[in-house]
Amino acid sequence: MNKLKLIIKREFLAKVRNRSFIIMTFVSPLIMVGMIALVVYLSKSSMEKINVVAYVDNSKFFSKNDFKDSNTIHYIDLTEVDLNKAKQIVQESNHDGLLFIPEKDSIEQITESIQFFSQETPSMVLISSLENNLEKKLEKEKMLQLNIDLKKLEQSDLNVDIKLSNYSGEKSSKLVNGIKIALGMGAGYVIMMFIIVYGAMVMRSVIEEKTSRIVEVIISSVKPFQLMMGKVIGTAGAGLLQFFIWAVLMFLMLVAGSYFFGMDSMASVQTAQIPTDQMEAVATNDAQFAISEILKLPLFSMFIWFILFFLGGYLLYSSIYAAIGSAVDNETDTQQFMMPVIMPLMIGVYVGFATVINDPHGTVATVFSMIPFTSPIVMLMRIPFGVPWWQIALSLFLLIITFLAVIWLAAKIYRVGILMYGKKVNYKELYKWMRY
Amino acid sequence: MDNILVTENIVKNFGDFRALNNVSIEVPEQSIFGLLGPNGAGKTTLIRIINQITLPDEGKIFFNGKALQPNDVHFIGYLPEERGLYKRMKVGEQSIYLAQLKGLSKNEAKKRLKYWFDKFEIGDWWNKKVEELSKGMAQKVQFIVTVLHEPKLLIFDEPFSGFDPINANLIKDEILRLRDKGATIIFSTHRMESVEELCEYIALIDRSNKILDGKLIDIKKQFKTNSFEVGLVTDEKDKLMQEISQKFSVSNAEFKSLEDDLKLRINLSNGDTSTDLIKYLNKRALINHYVEVIPTANDIFIQAVKQNS
Repeated sequence: MNKLKLIIKREFLAKVRNRSFIIMTFVSPLIMVGMIALVVYLSKSSMEKINVVAYVDNSKFFSKNDFKDSNTIHYIDLTEVDLNKAKQIVQESNHDGLLFIPEKDSIEQITESIQFFSQETPSMVLISSLENNLEKKLEKEKMLQLNIDLKKLEQSDLNVDIKLSNYSGEKSSKLVNGIKIALGMGAGYVIMMFIIVYGAMVMRSVIEEKTSRIVEVIISSVKPFQLMMGKVIGTAGAGLLQFFIWAVLMFLMLVAGSYFFGMDSMASVQTAQIPTDQMEAVATNDAQFAISEILKLPLFSMFIWFILFFLGGYLLYSSIYAAIGSAVDNETDTQQFMMPVIMPLMIGVYVGFATVINDPHGTVATVFSMIPFTSPIVMLMRIPFGVPWWQIALSLFLLIITFLAVIWLAAKIYRVGILMYGKKVNYKELYKWMRY
Repeated sequence: MDNILVTENIVKNFGDFRALNNVSIEVPEQSIFGLLGPNGAGKTTLIRIINQITLPDEGKIFFNGKALQPNDVHFIGYLPEERGLYKRMKVGEQSIYLAQLKGLSKNEAKKRLKYWFDKFEIGDWWNKKVEELSKGMAQKVQFIVTVLHEPKLLIFDEPFSGFDPINANLIKDEILRLRDKGATIIFSTHRMESVEELCEYIALIDRSNKILDGKLIDIKKQFKTNSFEVGLVTDEKDKLMQEISQKFSVSNAEFKSLEDDLKLRINLSNGDTSTDLIKYLNKRALINHYVEVIPTANDIFIQAVKQNS
């Protein structure tokens, strides 16, 4: 027991002191934030880009008022010149395109015959906003033709908003549903990433012991099983530390970010000349509601389940990774064994994404949340939606049984593998080792 | 003398391959015991079984008179042939870690390491990483780590590989000193001159079977051929050789001497004694070289393995 502690401590320190661990832990959140900021910035700036569109309107349905500049489009009227001349002007002055509305008798004919000329293919956003604009005007004209009272039509416009609630009367909302999805998917995804990254770390560390030839020195003092478990547990410790640091950093950045963006959004609201108090009220109401809804979720028990399923899944997979590491001489030889390890993890994530969102308690989602190789991922995705306790217990029980069996088998392979040098190993060989 | 280690009929199979077949050895306390054999004979498997790295399929092992216990690893020091250290760990920290795995407390380990590092004059390596050391330097650290917990039984598998002659000699002297202080040493090597020099007892394993064991000197007696190397000063070499070869079986021999003499290897197979031979030769020429041919460990190794096949 004492020796196991020594090994865990060494493995933990070896991981944590590693330069790449330090860089990963402190730099990757910054990179993440940077990426998000970049995406936000880019989408914002592309939104803010104003397209210059010239138009030639030969129909009798539109007036100058229908081509009012919007946030994204600036119109230039070229109706006075003929089409060919207009094309030339647009090309010379490098405008984004030319909208051509021909002379037709009926509205129906017009809808079919409007054209847009441009050097490059225009963006979908631009075209659909042009279409919307024209459509609105033509629909109005059509309604006038059909003698429909526009005022009455406007009055008849209604909006249905279904309020969700469960039988005990707790209110729910689509927003909360979204939050649940985000939480579940996030947890499942994090577990998959962690298993792959840290499992590979365990594997590399086993290979390192083999190639540096220290392994025989060590197992003359401790049991191979102790060495393997010490490595698995010590590495998990490093991973949990990384999680913890990330959580703290994330919290700090959220606080800093909300302060920063809070200022920013106020500024933009003012420039948009929309009544400031009204906007703010809506925004804070939404945010407050979201936060209060998140707090209503059983966060504590969700956290406990996260840790339990995470540990189960990690132990299951990292012992397989350790066995693979023991069977090979260098990392390139691991390829043939990696597929069957990563596959179930991928399946878990994709099944989760595909089924849990639509139907968290459907057959597929339920079955995959029971299979031990996918359950840590799929069950965590389901848990925010409320899963009967017996399902969670059964899934956890199956997971524990399986990881005990897998660790037992992995230890058998490991025991033989770490002393085997210069041998290309296949599955048949591994099966033989289990029986030595 | 008591045996510190006894193995009784050890059998180990790997699948269909039998790596050890009823191997029994007895290692007397405070001796240097050579475990010899060709490559792939099963030496390393036997050593791993003694170290409890591998479990035997059949057979018993006694350490200090009692069945071998898991905790006995604290009394055994093992320097494997495939050896190394964590490359990215500092020398001092790593040495303490390995000593702790052998059951030493941190303080005790530090104290003893200081003694050994001073002795080998490597104190300033303490904070270096192993990857900064040369191979020979790393081997020194490895040796210290193996003997640090003062084990009763030391097992060295090719201990001198990776050392230059000066350091090999240093290690050899340390091994002898440890023996004198009460340790028993099992020594596995292919270098027969070090067997000749160090080993009091040997066991020879060939193709999974022990084919020979005992005191080296007894084995040499058993393998001696009653042959003598002689140098005779004479003017008529050919005539004398012809005359001798009519009475004894004779072949040419090679050894260094100051005279241009007749060098012969004479085999006494017909019941004659050494005295008879000297008397016979003395009548015919001046004897300036006379020595019994003793089989070397190398000869014994090759002959025994040949007989076994």
